[in-house]
Amino acid sequence: MTTPSDVLDTAPDSDAAGSVPEKLPLDAWHRTRGGRMVAFAGYDMPIQYEGIMAEHSWTRSHAGLFDVSHMGQIGFTGEDVDAALETVLPGDILGLKTFRQRYSLLLDEEGGILDDLMVSRRPDDFYMVVNGATKYEDIGWLREQLSDDITINHMEDQALLALQGPEAGVALASLIPATADLYFMQCGPFVWQGHDLWISRSGYTGEDGFEISVPAEAVEALADALCALDQVKPIGLGARDSLRLEAGLPLYGHDIDTAVSPIAADLGFAISKRRREQGGFIGHARIARELAEGAPSRRVGLTIEGRLPAREGAAIFLGNDRIGTVTSGGFAPTVGAPIAMGWVETAHAAIGTVLDVEVRGKRLAATIAPMPFVPHRYHRLKPGA
Amino acid sequence: MSRYFTDEHEWIDVDGDIATVGITDYAQEQLGDIVFVELPAEGAKFDKGDDAAVVESVKAASDVYAPISGEVVEANAALEEEPALVNSDPEEDGWFFKLRIADTAELEGLMDEAAYRKFVAGL
Repeated sequence: MTTPSDVLDTAPDSDAAGSVPEKLPLDAWHRTRGGRMVAFAGYDMPIQYEGIMAEHSWTRSHAGLFDVSHMGQIGFTGEDVDAALETVLPGDILGLKTFRQRYSLLLDEEGGILDDLMVSRRPDDFYMVVNGATKYEDIGWLREQLSDDITINHMEDQALLALQGPEAGVALASLIPATADLYFMQCGPFVWQGHDLWISRSGYTGEDGFEISVPAEAVEALADALCALDQVKPIGLGARDSLRLEAGLPLYGHDIDTAVSPIAADLGFAISKRRREQGGFIGHARIARELAEGAPSRRVGLTIEGRLPAREGAAIFLGNDRIGTVTSGGFAPTVGAPIAMGWVETAHAAIGTVLDVEVRGKRLAATIAPMPFVPHRYHRLKPGA
Repeated sequence: MSRYFTDEHEWIDVDGDIATVGITDYAQEQLGDIVFVELPAEGAKFDKGDDAAVVESVKAASDVYAPISGEVVEANAALEEEPALVNSDPEEDGWFFKLRIADTAELEGLMDEAAYRKFVAGL
């Protein structure tokens, strides 16, 4: 049998990472709790504790704690920093209110996606969270593009936890009551046992939840305090991946990369109306063109007939014509069936289109499905509330 | 009946000229939740080391090799309905397939249970 050391596909990360993975602040904590460690994005990280299925369903029904300290946390300060960030981000940054967060993208000159990220306006700076595997390239790129008047602070002494699931709100409020006032995509400063935290109500599972930036020296105490709650268990990268796939959220380096644009990737919501029209950001020409003419291929969701999962790299066919490729796929525990995300030619990208996916020489029927596969359950502020 | 083990974490029960093949408890533990098992067709012939089956866990597909040469006489139909049997009972009800052994001499290099447990303990 092949040993499952390849159990987590780290293709885009492992090269950049070098040979010896680094240790995150919670490394010993994960091992003590039975985390099975794998190299990911240049770090040793837990792929699972008790099992991916159990951890996945725990997160969908209670609250899961994820260590995402490998991600890059970056602060930006300087005069007119919001206007400066609008030159590198296609989103509405000038209009982003204090204590609000937004999903955005870094684009290259050709409109290809260098990374996807979250950005928030804080009272004293802008705060960005980028992918772990790309953070050093991102910082290099940003340093190159932004003027020297903008100070970039890579917060390497901050750890990052995500608490996700329908009981995340109750759990976190039992430690930090004021977090109950946050709604989806809001954020703010909080204090826990004398430690300054920055918390946003957001995540990567489709569930309600939080992302908590915490000084590295306090992260173990906070993780212990959270996992001491009945609602909370630690969750590994394996379930993080199956949860985000069910939520229809793309994984950078797999579902999106420099070869594709935000319009084709169905991430057009990250580009505000003003910015679509006015431009003024790197990569705008391609966005404008694809908004006018359409993109040749699209990111889509697929449901797979039967029980055999179609995984990254599987070819998608219409009859004898190869029209696309699966970029993420696996068994979806909440759906109870295999699902996938992939790219297909736009002419065949309509919801309900039946295609074939090839797995080990076998053709499986695959239907283009709306995403998310499992409805999002964010804690949204109701309009007018 | 005697049981042999490979360093690829397969077990083989030999009864006359028929070998029953499965993966070990250690293997299922490493793989995690198994969601699909692709089994060989009856009559398929394998040389030792050929890809004989595929185990799909939530995260990855893993090949299972033919531990010895032979012809498939039966595949475990129960795994189609309940692939998780490989997790819950890997070394009994979660067997994969039965082979008619082509060359019993191939069994000689394999480990017995004690040797396999020692091998796993050293991993």
